[in-house]
Amino acid sequence: MTKIAHHIPDEMLAAYAAGRLPATFEMIVAAHVSMCDACRAALETHEMLGGTLMETAAPAAPLEGDLLERTLAQLDAPVEADGAARTPPARMGIYPGPVAEALHHGPPRWRAAGGGVRQQILAEDGKSSVRLLYIPGGQAVPDHGHGGTELTMVLQGAFHDETGHFGPGDVEVADESLEHTPIADAGAACICLAATDARLRFRSLLPRLAQPFLRI
Amino acid sequence: MLAVRDNRDRAAFARLFAHFAPRVKGMLMRSGMGAAAAEDVVQDVMLAVWHKAHQFDPARAQVSGWVYRIARNRQVDLARKAGRPLPEEVETETPPEADPGAILGLAQEAGELRAALARLTPDQREVISRAYLGDLTHGEIREETGLPLGTIKSRIRLGLERLRHELKDLRRE
Ligand SMILES: [Zn+2]
Ligand SMILES: [Zn+2]
Repeated sequence: MTKIAHHIPDEMLAAYAAGRLPATFEMIVAAHVSMCDACRAALETHEMLGGTLMETAAPAAPLEGDLLERTLAQLDAPVEADGAARTPPARMGIYPGPVAEALHHGPPRWRAAGGGVRQQILAEDGKSSVRLLYIPGGQAVPDHGHGGTELTMVLQGAFHDETGHFGPGDVEVADESLEHTPIADAGAACICLAATDARLRFRSLLPRLAQPFLRI
Repeated sequence: MLAVRDNRDRAAFARLFAHFAPRVKGMLMRSGMGAAAAEDVVQDVMLAVWHKAHQFDPARAQVSGWVYRIARNRQVDLARKAGRPLPEEVETETPPEADPGAILGLAQEAGELRAALARLTPDQREVISRAYLGDLTHGEIREETGLPLGTIKSRIRLGLERLRHELKDLRRE
């Protein structure tokens, strides 16, 4: 496996840890962390900071009545498959666990998207979406700008554009300032996971005051 | 936590519950959840702590960070139509093999992190708390990578050191 060179921005890992990242970008973070030890470690660091703050800075809220007794009474009950103890999904071929789950553990059902490019939309919510793209080797994706933030993660093959070269596991972060023409490398088709959020610009989600700390 | 993991000790679980349940509830309410809904999530989270205890690795996580992750995942799960996309789990022995040096190292880092947080001004602490605790808008190591588990553990420590330095930078401003 080639080494991953393009990672999830640290502030996005912090936002995922804290649960304040848009749903479509969560899929990219979860898919990348499934393949990248460096970002998994960074994410776990943010969780450690979050946990420390939860222990020391959050006002503890007194519990009402018998919550402990009710919880103890349920310790031997069977684990709910979709509850808090659910087991994260496993990898399926080139598809990381969270993508495999969105595919309902079956192969993609590709639809023509023009110019030989095929796609399957995995989730859509208003203007934001996350999809799989299939770009034949040597093929270009039409030149485009971005209304918001676009995250693209390579699952198979590779592509390059004005900003660099992206192979399996790599994530490209594009925003309104970037106009680009991604071109798949010659050879095997390039399969990518692409998430866009035209309504929410990622940067606007972060508290302004946190910017010096988060280095945006 | 290790008594819960290794001995299935219910009294130890009750102590964990007494410590974490009010804190998780406080965090959930801070991000806009009502008291009753928050208690339901607290119960799910604490049951998950019991059921997932075999995966807890003190060389990779402090109990608080691990509980924080379970709570956030549950909270976001409930806010999503399709559930929250979660990373694959790292394949490891269950329970993870003890690595006393790494456990001690992580505990030291965590202690220094707490100390660094304590030295922030109230305003600075509030900013970081808001980023990690509140303001919710809505609510494996795989063999191919060739990296041993030790890499993640040392990177967590490096990451913590870096976070501590950022806290220091913030304090100077
Ligand atoms: Zn990475
Ligand atoms: Zn683009």
